[in-house]
Amino acid sequence: MKQAGILIEMENSRVKETNFGMITLAAGTDAALHALVLDGINDAAAARLAEYGIHTIVDLALPQDPHVRLNPAVRAQAVAFAARKLTLDTILGLSSAEGKDIIPRVAALMDAPLVMDCVDVDFGTNTAKTSQYSGKVMADIALTGDVVIFGIRPNAVPPVPAPATAETLAMDPRVCAPENLTLMSWDDGEDGGTGSLAEADIIIAGGRGLKNRENFSLIFECAKKLNAAPGASRVAVDEGWVSYALQVGQTGEKVSPQVYIACGISGSIQHFAGMKTAKMIIAVNMDENAPIMAHCDYQVQGDLFEILPELIRQL
Amino acid sequence: MQIYVCVKHVPDSAANIHILDDIRIDESVAFLLNPYDEHAVTEAAALRNQVPDSEIIAVCVGKPDAEKTIRSAMAMGADRGLLVETDAACDSITTARALHAAIAGDGQPDIILTGKESIDAEGMQTLFRLGTLFDFPVVTNAASLEIKGDRATITCELAGGRSRTFSVAMPCVVGAGRGLNTPGYPTFPDVVKSRKKPVRTLSLDSLGITVGPGSATITALTPLVQKRQPEKITGTPAEQAAGIIRILRQEAKVIS
Ligand SMILES: Cc1cc2nc3c(=O)[nH]c(=O)nc-3n(C[C@H](O)[C@H](O)[C@H](O)COP(=O)(O)OP(=O)(O)OC[C@H]3O[C@@H](n4cnc5c(N)ncnc54)[C@H](O)[C@@H]3O)c2cc1C
Ligand SMILES: Nc1ncnc2c1ncn2[C@@H]1O[C@H](COP(=O)(O)O)[C@@H](O)[C@H]1O
Repeated sequence: MKQAGILIEMENSRVKETNFGMITLAAGTDAALHALVLDGINDAAAARLAEYGIHTIVDLALPQDPHVRLNPAVRAQAVAFAARKLTLDTILGLSSAEGKDIIPRVAALMDAPLVMDCVDVDFGTNTAKTSQYSGKVMADIALTGDVVIFGIRPNAVPPVPAPATAETLAMDPRVCAPENLTLMSWDDGEDGGTGSLAEADIIIAGGRGLKNRENFSLIFECAKKLNAAPGASRVAVDEGWVSYALQVGQTGEKVSPQVYIACGISGSIQHFAGMKTAKMIIAVNMDENAPIMAHCDYQVQGDLFEILPELIRQL
Repeated sequence: MQIYVCVKHVPDSAANIHILDDIRIDESVAFLLNPYDEHAVTEAAALRNQVPDSEIIAVCVGKPDAEKTIRSAMAMGADRGLLVETDAACDSITTARALHAAIAGDGQPDIILTGKESIDAEGMQTLFRLGTLFDFPVVTNAASLEIKGDRATITCELAGGRSRTFSVAMPCVVGAGRGLNTPGYPTFPDVVKSRKKPVRTLSLDSLGITVGPGSATITALTPLVQKRQPEKITGTPAEQAAGIIRILRQEAKVIS
């Protein structure tokens, strides 16, 4: 039987919602599922993990000191430690902002093959699906080796409960902060790191059509009313209207929300590279010939300066 | 300082990608220096301005044609190039071993700059493997880099406007992000000069690298086509807004 370790991301002592789709992906197999928890476990979190099919919760609580606990090298050491102790053959983690700085470290430490940003994995053949060439190609990549690692794109798989009884196993990962890579400080942004683009269900994004920084408040207001994450095209970022953190696309975030609302965005190849896996795309654009209008689910042809204020009013 | 920069030869992000035999791409498209690696080269050039007598070496694992990308890196400031030639499609385990062997055989790096990811493979991992092979610390998506003595202070971006600042012992591997700098276009004289700079070619086989315990192999490629059938939401702006809300509520079920 396969032994899979799933690196769980916590936020304020709760299991982040995006973990459950990843667990669902693995729960469809006959593997024993170990949740690797680095930030301390509590009853509520344990119950949620069991609800989605985790068999063993491995409590690898790291030292409280955030300089140590948040250090990606420390986190990777802990995962690799657990993988060796539990002789895991498969390791999963989210291809999220944090994951991108941890999972490849685990792969490097273990000299094991890795596919990041997987939208699907066949555990029978250890073959993952991931996009390549700026989102223009879907690649099937087969991994071989004693240990294989997959970074799963947040929201790629809808979560489905699959209740199991989970036991907790405490394990001291015996990590220390490496002297050659110390975390000195961190900035969690204005909103404390919530509303991360990659994990949002709804994204409303603005582009050159917004025309200036002040107008971009229309996007922020709509986002607030919809409980959505605001996003932007590279033009809006390069013009300095919004921070780079909001950029969607090949050189920005790659997102798979339930709904992506593009306002005043033409739909360049590089923008699509970041959002073409959205379940539904709604395009608000003046120009019916804009590329985004041909590659969306709903075309709203018109002036965003008329439509967005109406949207805000009606919500 | 010996500054090594890993540069990858990748298809232009704007190129149309055609798939052949369901397993490889038609390579008769424009190839160029991976955009994140442009940031890495730009940073290397800035470091050399701070520390005179530094040398910048651009290293690439690729087909013979990848020399063009090394020339681009040299037009942007690299002093010489190192091309590990292979016609094989290498996974990142092999690529990192090849980069490691080529760099270790060439000199003693004080810093290795890479991109945070390649835009063709989108692997996001070669730099970590390279760092582990050297036993150097690695950071990714760097937005600022300052070297003081034998340590570097590096701020890395996470999503959502978040960042982390690390103190890293040199030598280290730094994956450049877009926030690190703004690459400039090389001038014509720079391009002319780059043609005269030396590029040393090594064959992958000559490096004698050992195979890893695992591997990653592409087994199929399919075009990611958009199969969407656009429907129009028409009417006055108020009606269009109401239409959007109805769809969000009833069809996507993402608002109540
Ligand atoms: C290497 C590389 C990487 C890149 N990475 C990215 C990336 O990650 N993300 C990204 O987005 N881009 C990226 N780009 C840039 C990309 O090529 C485009 O330039 C960019 O996406 C265009 O942004 P836009 O759609 O906002 O602007 P435009 O293409 O100018 O489109 C503006 C749209 O707004 C519409 N509009 C104008 N006024 C209104 C109005 N009042 N109401 C409604 N609609 C209106 C117009 O009809 C038009 O369709 C990259 C480019 C390169 C070369
Ligand atoms: N074949 C290669 N030759 C030189 N550098 C490479 C190669 N592949 C990857 N790299 C470097 O590693 C970084 C990350 O690549 P990847 O792991 O493919 O996303 C790139 O930005 C390059 O700097």
